[in-house]
Amino acid sequence: MMDSTQILKEAFEKQDVANGNLAAFQQENWKAFSGLGLPAIKHEEWKYTGIRNVFSDRLVINNEMNISPDLLKTLLIAGTEEANRIVFVNGRFQQSLSITTDHANDLCIKSLEAAAGDEDAPFVEVNLGHSQRYHRDGINALNAAFANGGVYIRINKGVTLKNPIVIYHIADSTLGKRCSHPRILVNMKEAAQAELVETFHNHGGGETLTNEVVEICAEKDAVLHYVKMQNEGEKTNHTGTTHIRQTGKCLTHAVTITLSGALVRNNLNMVMEAEHGECHMYGLYLLNGNTLADNHTIVDNAMPHCFSNELYKGIMDDASTGVFNGKIFVRKDAQKTNAYQSNKNILIGENAAANTKPQLEILADDVKCSHGCTIGKLDEDALFYLRARGISMENARAMLLHAFAKDVLEQINNGAIRKYAEQLVSDRLSSSI
Amino acid sequence: MQEENDDILEQITSSEYKYGFVTDIEADEAPKGLSEDTVRFISAKKNEPAWMLEYRLKAYRHWLTMEEPQWSNVEFPSINYQDIIYYSAPKQKIAPDSLDDIDPELRKTFEKLGISLNEQKRLTGVAVDAVIDSVSVATTFKEELSKVGVIFCSMSEAIQEHPELIKKYLGSVVPATDNYFTALNSAVFSDGSFCFIPKGVRCPMELSTYFRINAANTGQFERTLIVAEDEAYVSYLEGCTAPMRDENQLHAAVVEIVAMERAEVKYSTVQNWYPGDKEGKGGIYNFVTKRGICAGAHAKISWTQVETGSSITWKYPSVILKGDNSIGEFYSVAVTNNFQQADTGTKMIHLGKNTKSRIVSKGISAGKSQNSYRGLVSVSKKASNARNYSQCDSLLLGDKCGAHTFPYIEVKNNTAIVEHEATTSKIGEDQIFYCNQRGIDTETAVALIINGFAKEVMNQLPMEFAVEAQKLLAISLEGSVG
Repeated sequence: MMDSTQILKEAFEKQDVANGNLAAFQQENWKAFSGLGLPAIKHEEWKYTGIRNVFSDRLVINNEMNISPDLLKTLLIAGTEEANRIVFVNGRFQQSLSITTDHANDLCIKSLEAAAGDEDAPFVEVNLGHSQRYHRDGINALNAAFANGGVYIRINKGVTLKNPIVIYHIADSTLGKRCSHPRILVNMKEAAQAELVETFHNHGGGETLTNEVVEICAEKDAVLHYVKMQNEGEKTNHTGTTHIRQTGKCLTHAVTITLSGALVRNNLNMVMEAEHGECHMYGLYLLNGNTLADNHTIVDNAMPHCFSNELYKGIMDDASTGVFNGKIFVRKDAQKTNAYQSNKNILIGENAAANTKPQLEILADDVKCSHGCTIGKLDEDALFYLRARGISMENARAMLLHAFAKDVLEQINNGAIRKYAEQLVSDRLSSSI
Repeated sequence: MQEENDDILEQITSSEYKYGFVTDIEADEAPKGLSEDTVRFISAKKNEPAWMLEYRLKAYRHWLTMEEPQWSNVEFPSINYQDIIYYSAPKQKIAPDSLDDIDPELRKTFEKLGISLNEQKRLTGVAVDAVIDSVSVATTFKEELSKVGVIFCSMSEAIQEHPELIKKYLGSVVPATDNYFTALNSAVFSDGSFCFIPKGVRCPMELSTYFRINAANTGQFERTLIVAEDEAYVSYLEGCTAPMRDENQLHAAVVEIVAMERAEVKYSTVQNWYPGDKEGKGGIYNFVTKRGICAGAHAKISWTQVETGSSITWKYPSVILKGDNSIGEFYSVAVTNNFQQADTGTKMIHLGKNTKSRIVSKGISAGKSQNSYRGLVSVSKKASNARNYSQCDSLLLGDKCGAHTFPYIEVKNNTAIVEHEATTSKIGEDQIFYCNQRGIDTETAVALIINGFAKEVMNQLPMEFAVEAQKLLAISLEGSVG
């Protein structure tokens, strides 16, 4: 423990000094991290996820690595060749590997450091670190301390992007336990429409620890489709926060898919700051081995007439553990809020476990809120139905699990990405059964 | 129907907290404050054997090392544990030989509360143990019960007369070290009820304990222990009230239930401690630990509670389902009004095979109150084929109150089936309209809808309690419907 803190400290001090505003932000957060430390399992938000152990080994930070364009090519998702591409290597934005295919008048992608010093500075000032209002813990502060490697994305007013934005996170684990802190800040102007996709890759197959923060602010009439895909292998540790603010009436839609990892923690926040906002949150965690996947979501309804819908599904095989915590806050003035939440889990593995905590905190009276959750096994009647029609046990189970996962997969808006995700899921289901 | 509604309405409009009177009886009190001396004082007062004192002191010493828990969703100024009188007993000249010897003042108090200590007058056939402040003053129908072998007496009496049973079971479900308030209770508990149903006996009548806080500045720390041997059955009721006072009073009780093979225990509570006035001044802090264990196969424990009183309620009646095929149930209606706060729910710990549990929780919040459901369903690795169904619904009356749900579900067995659902809503305008259209005025309609909302739980209460509880529901919500 002492060891890794020391390494983090050295890495922090060795960083190139960023632009003044950003440097102050980083300093402040380093101080916060030093005070808060890493959350213990006594911390309610980390009850089922012992994050401290993940930091216990020697970490490798900020050791730059050259990714050849050829290597990058092998990672690209088929069908997204035209996409706007952002590449992070070891948690740092790589301008040279990134491509903007949409018109420069429509989409602006630049380093966070640059944005903090130019005409986008006022936006950065307000929105960078906004997620800390919801996550006052050392993990978030630690990422912020390394924010100068981040990226800034602006989608201009009234623009519907022709191509999705695909973000490739590559961590090099050949030198040891790679620790990276990617940071993304997205500014969606009025009536902008975009698809944002994140995927993660582990180069070398060794241990990694990625601690990510994505902050998105969507203005009036914006439409956002966000997808996070995690399939980096069993030695990957991940803690990530995606924080989406709606400052005007808009639609945000998020899909989080977790297929592997050692310890994976995803925070997803939807902050509804304007009336008539709408958000959808979908999640699928398909786990095996000793994977622990922990999804925490927050829907904060601060204004009236908002709608939110949430569906998270999990399939746990072997000795994996699925954790879900969904919070719905309805503030005093948020009358006429409709908020729905559902979490469904299937335990397949003999040593698999599911911990779930759907949580409602409601302070307004004229609302309709509900949550439901189930934990169970495959429906025996359904299995019998299929088997009675001559379908083998393996196929019958695979079929039912496919159907179970499909509810979430079909929510992915972009065709190529959906196909990619479906392929990964079906490979997994056919191999594990 | 209409008449009944009118009746309820009349009570709605006319009554506040009707149990708020104080009985003027001389009391024998311990000096204020808590120390080893206080613990020794209580133990000496009760003439307890050395092992009991040892048990108390051990709990007290452990308590000193603990910190008051902060995790609940309630707010209150910190409690000064040195400003509480830990023992207060109504003075009686001699120990009463028969019920006739009870101080008439005391008798009147209980009559005013609607509880007759006079066996002959009782028609319903409910045996009552009446506890005022720190001591039990009367237990009725003792002889009749002893004929079938049922022991029903005050805890102090049990310590004297059945030490082997107390030694065996006290603290076996809720150890003194369990949490801050159980440690405190184990150190200073003054009385309570003990009930033992021997093998194969179906208790011929409902057993009931009536708790009353009377003296000022006191805390009430009672202890209840129910043991049902193989194939025994008992239905147990608990009721509570307190005078209206401006200061807050602490009530930290412990209830333990042991159910052996095929035994069934049904525990019903109508909690109506003084909730504080409209401005939130005064009221009882009700911090209670209740837990039962289904120790044998096919055992069943069922908790039913109607929580309308107390300024702060903080309790989670739980069941440990250890025996195979055992069943745990929890039915709750929690009503909060004005400035009341409730953080209540249950824990169902599935350890045995084929264990089942069912949770039905209905929260009604009005005024500026906060009402939280907090529950845990845990299925351990070995609890194959465990089954749980939970439902928690909240009804909000008014825009200044809050309803919260914190269900924890932890499953470690892949044959378990666990379901949870929760809803939060207010009374629909269309529901009211439907009633209005049929000639039912809005106020009656609201009472009707609330009753319907709570019905699933009310149905679980024994008859005598159900009527009482229904009225209580209406009274607690008085003035909050508009």
